[in-house]
Amino acid sequence: MSELHFPWIEISILVPLLGAVWIQLLGERENLLRHAIAICSLTLVLTIGELIDFVSIGSFEARDHWLLLDWLFNRDIFVVDELSAFQLPLVALIFLVTVMSTLRTKAPRFSLKLTLVSECLMLATFSCRSSWMLIALLIVSTVPPYLELRKRGRCTRIYVLHMALSAALLPIGYGWLSAVDQTGSAILIPGALLTAAALIRSGIFPFHLWMTDLFEKATFGTAILFSTPLVGAYAVMRLVLPIAPSWALQSIAVLSLVTAVYAGSMALIQREARRMFCFLFLSQSALVLAGLELVTPIGLTGALCLWLSVGLSLTGFGITLRCIEARISRVALADYHGLYRQMPMLAGFFLLTGLAAIGFPATVGFVGMELLIEGAVDVYPFVGTMVVIAAALCGITVLSAYFRIFTGHPTRTLVPMHARPAERIAVLVLTVLILGGGLVPQPGVASRYHAAKELTRLRESPKG
Amino acid sequence: MIPLEVLFQILGTTVLASPAVLLAVLGLSSLINRPLSETAIARLTQGAVLCALLPAIVILAIMLGTGIRHVPIELGNWVMLPEEQFHFHLKFVFDRLSIPFLMLSCVLCGVVGAFTRRYLHREEGYGRFFLYYAMFFCGMVLSSLASTIEALFVGWEMVGLSSALLVAYFHDRTNPVRNGQRVWSIYRLSDAAFLIAAITMHHLTGRGDFGGLMSSGIWPEGTAAMTSSQALMVGSLLLVAAAGKSALFPFSGWLPRAMEGPTPSSAIFYGALSVHLGAFLLLRLSPIIEASLTLRLMVLSLGIVSAVCGGIMSRVQNDVKVSLAYASLTQVGIIVVEIGLGLKYLALVHIMGHASLRTMQLLRAPTLLRDYSDLENKIGTRLPRDTWVGAGFLPPGVQRWCYRFGFERGFMDIALDKWVVQPFVRFFRWCDSVERRATDALSSEASRESDQAELHPEDFKSAA
Repeated sequence: MSELHFPWIEISILVPLLGAVWIQLLGERENLLRHAIAICSLTLVLTIGELIDFVSIGSFEARDHWLLLDWLFNRDIFVVDELSAFQLPLVALIFLVTVMSTLRTKAPRFSLKLTLVSECLMLATFSCRSSWMLIALLIVSTVPPYLELRKRGRCTRIYVLHMALSAALLPIGYGWLSAVDQTGSAILIPGALLTAAALIRSGIFPFHLWMTDLFEKATFGTAILFSTPLVGAYAVMRLVLPIAPSWALQSIAVLSLVTAVYAGSMALIQREARRMFCFLFLSQSALVLAGLELVTPIGLTGALCLWLSVGLSLTGFGITLRCIEARISRVALADYHGLYRQMPMLAGFFLLTGLAAIGFPATVGFVGMELLIEGAVDVYPFVGTMVVIAAALCGITVLSAYFRIFTGHPTRTLVPMHARPAERIAVLVLTVLILGGGLVPQPGVASRYHAAKELTRLRESPKG
Repeated sequence: MIPLEVLFQILGTTVLASPAVLLAVLGLSSLINRPLSETAIARLTQGAVLCALLPAIVILAIMLGTGIRHVPIELGNWVMLPEEQFHFHLKFVFDRLSIPFLMLSCVLCGVVGAFTRRYLHREEGYGRFFLYYAMFFCGMVLSSLASTIEALFVGWEMVGLSSALLVAYFHDRTNPVRNGQRVWSIYRLSDAAFLIAAITMHHLTGRGDFGGLMSSGIWPEGTAAMTSSQALMVGSLLLVAAAGKSALFPFSGWLPRAMEGPTPSSAIFYGALSVHLGAFLLLRLSPIIEASLTLRLMVLSLGIVSAVCGGIMSRVQNDVKVSLAYASLTQVGIIVVEIGLGLKYLALVHIMGHASLRTMQLLRAPTLLRDYSDLENKIGTRLPRDTWVGAGFLPPGVQRWCYRFGFERGFMDIALDKWVVQPFVRFFRWCDSVERRATDALSSEASRESDQAELHPEDFKSAA
């Protein structure tokens, strides 16, 4: 296996962890947010360094150059490949822009320590291939949101019930899988257990209640950070895709498509912005999952492209809503708020990210959505059209939310509504990526296609 | 001496680039919150229209001089996965259909741009109007010149979004915004039909190129490279797309609602260009219509029903813009009949004549009413009104029914609300209540914090 020229992976995992310790040592200070932004920025730089290094090597997978944790773990625990190489900077970026868009007044509610610990766990998860370590990280990463819910004094039953079920199924399924012959039909039951665990984690219908509950009860920032990197989809890629037969995956894809349409429809009738966002996100993440489960190169490429686009666009969409919420509290969608005049920049960004999420032309989601539709129709000529229906429903939701929040009779508030410099930077960085990826899609699509082909080849190789 | 192909390529690229540059400049200045002055916006707009129109005239002159009937402009593949035969080909064409439609778009956009400069002088939303205008102009140029179904779809989507945003231009009032949302919803559904048709076409013919689709000949010649039943399937979807975009039966309900936007946008979009885009699509893909008799009959029926409905509805409206909008619908219905009968040149000439007349009428409408009022004041009585003598021969019951049918706008909005929107909303509200009961039962507290979201938290006069 090739080796990176610098221990990017491990250092990028350790930086947020040490950052959390640093924030703890600093205690209660006014400039904690700046420290957190610096730590997240450094992590992003390291993950970008990892991506550049990996691309320059030109290999399908690579491990760290100098293994800091070699004495503790197996050498091949943290490995970057064509799938995760792009996800790691995406995860770091999601954390950075979310922390950057946090108002100082809201910092006490939004725990920076837990956020940095979550970032460390998330990066470690995305650096892990199929292994017991991945199972452990998937389980441990559910703890920070639980701690926040406890701290806020909210009922954790729904979250705990779902996460506990997923956490129980993961080791059982993986242990069972390790004990059976992986070329025969004996993998079906452990495969089904692992699939169920991943689907619960992804919030696939009817196991989506924990996600709406999390968005209701946790801080908006934590909910965004826990959901938008699509850890459930990653679990499917690492644990289910290599072993499950195509017919089984393609059957599950129908469930994902149903979720996409259901969540798209539910988003349309919501009367509160956070719930609307949650269902919109569920619909889009279900589309990504459906693409992964199609197991055709074109469907997989579409899903991998859409994964990046959903991560970028829905994080942007979410942080815009969060910025508004931070100023005026929860946003009801039953009436018009007329905020355009006071926050034109955020209005424009809200519309742009929403349109990117639904795959509007010239945004990062367009080509991914086209590929996904093509892949879905290839496998299921009629059921595949549900992708188009889900996208249409989400499109109606996005513009409806835009109109409800930004149009209507304007009301002057005493709260400053304009975007702060840190918010502006976060918005502009995401805008550049969304439009850049949309206007020049070929490099991204070609790299995702290569990754899709390699993943398909690896999936088929043990059986051949 | 520059070879003719190179000259065509330079001129064609200029035509395509100028609206894109205008959109980029206006979009960027809006996004970074650095608004341009009214004069700068007006000059940029005029420049962009001229840069699109003049090269198009030169291309037309060369084509007439040399007898060339088909000038393709190849901009390469935007996205390409050769192994999967997936291409997003940026190919445009100057031919007997695209040149008249492009010139019509440029001339009418130029006229309306010049008119709007004074009409919206010192209006707060001046910059916003021209941003949407630039998006519309770009969409129209792309749609007119598109030589592949994908390129046409990109333009089609841009026209749709800009139209919806322009209908909702008057942000402070809720009615225009609601109507904008309605227009967008219809557009999204018709876009979904378009997208499914495009993907189906890809699957049937292996390419989205109109040239490949029409196996031989260039517009208006050529026969569809598909069987009659395939043509019926693709054509039916395209008919839905065209009906949505051109407000044909049963989607005519959005047309009067679109008149809530500023007069220049009503004139250019819903009276002239946007409303003809569906007919343009049918003209462009007319070989498909000719391949199936059933499809042809469907086109004829749709045209006749739309024309009759438009005729009845336009006669009983009490608003000049709405009356003109329905008069437009009558003409578009007739144009669709002409397309169904295979009278392609007549349909094209009809589109051009009708679009020009309707633009003039709609731009003149506000001042005409004032002039009529002045005239009536001066002569001291009402002006004589034309009445349709034909109505007198109808039985009174039929007259009353026709009046009610026209006044209620063909019951189309009522029917869509009653049979589509309300059942949809009722069903998903029921799903939402089921979810609420489930989460309430699982939680030890009321599970939805969002229920307490205030309708207008921004009204608070204190900091959040």
